[in-house]
Amino acid sequence: MSRMTALSDPPAPATAPPAAPLPAAGARSDRAVIRDSLGVGVAVGVSGIAFGIAGTTAHLTVWQTCALSLLVFTGASQFALIGALAAGAAPFAAVIGALFLGVRNAFYGLRLGERLELPRWLRPVAAQTVIDETAAVALVQPDRRSTRLGFFVTGASLYLIWNATTLAGALGADALGDPSRYGLDVAGPAVFLALLAPRLREGGAERATALLGAVLALASVPLVPAGVPVLIALAAVPAVLLLGSRRDRERARTTAGPQKDLPKDLPKEGGR
Amino acid sequence: MNTTWLAILGTAAGCYGLKLLGLSVPSGLLDRPVVRRFAALAPVALLAALTALQTFGQGAHGLAVDARAAGLAAAGVAVWRRAPFLVVVVVAVLVTALVRAVA
Repeated sequence: MSRMTALSDPPAPATAPPAAPLPAAGARSDRAVIRDSLGVGVAVGVSGIAFGIAGTTAHLTVWQTCALSLLVFTGASQFALIGALAAGAAPFAAVIGALFLGVRNAFYGLRLGERLELPRWLRPVAAQTVIDETAAVALVQPDRRSTRLGFFVTGASLYLIWNATTLAGALGADALGDPSRYGLDVAGPAVFLALLAPRLREGGAERATALLGAVLALASVPLVPAGVPVLIALAAVPAVLLLGSRRDRERARTTAGPQKDLPKDLPKEGGR
Repeated sequence: MNTTWLAILGTAAGCYGLKLLGLSVPSGLLDRPVVRRFAALAPVALLAALTALQTFGQGAHGLAVDARAAGLAAAGVAVWRRAPFLVVVVVAVLVTALVRAVA
């Protein structure tokens, strides 16, 4: 943690940010980047309390719950693992499901690696904070300096707050006794739904994948061991991709056919 | 060391490895359209499955519609109204608790 802040510390006080942002300037003021980063770090970080509570609800010890936030540090995988373990999944199946959710971080890493241009020795430290939120903040910055600043400030603040609130949530729920009595067992699925929602707004392929995935998972519950239905849901992805590419081909064929639709459709589709 | 700790450490090692992999490999190696498309849709399928399973799952092989479904429906309304993350969770928890208290 101290090594990570060491990188962003020296440049920070060097230049005083201009009082009014210059409209044409490509570089953003450090203060604006830090403000955005802390905003995300704090807002998402406090959700660690939901994970702490969910950990206790899933009958993990406080130590185990905190170890997940410290070591795994990617919310969806953490929730997926404890959910699967609570449902009685074999540890191996539970881990595989959690890892599939973590694959997207590798793709954030690809994008971030290009933009951050970190020295080799720093990569193993920076890797732990390659997640949704740091990618979201860092990848929209206009230059390398603000990309680095956004990445490290978001990552450091989120790591600290997420872990602190995980501990608070786990201890709090532990003191409450049976958390399912208070409805805390829906914290997990509510989190998944909140993570899913922005993806559903992206398009029809996302909605079809979500629907098919949920149906496949529920249908396989009586048939396969716990933890496996989540993996079966992954079959929705190639199914939707195959259907999508077939429909694209058919559309290409039909738009080439009837001549009267051409003038209306072509410029629109070409523009995208 | 029990199996829960093994699962925790396995997930930690795997998730860290995935993060470091992306940061370390030259882009272009993983960056093929098919791989990227799969990686974009896989979390959607998994999150939808997890939402459904943890709302309707009962034990290892059962399904049930109970107070959790009411809580999740409320969360769905909150999500639809673009409520902040924590508000969605709190709404789901409160409605579930309320339905259990009444039932």
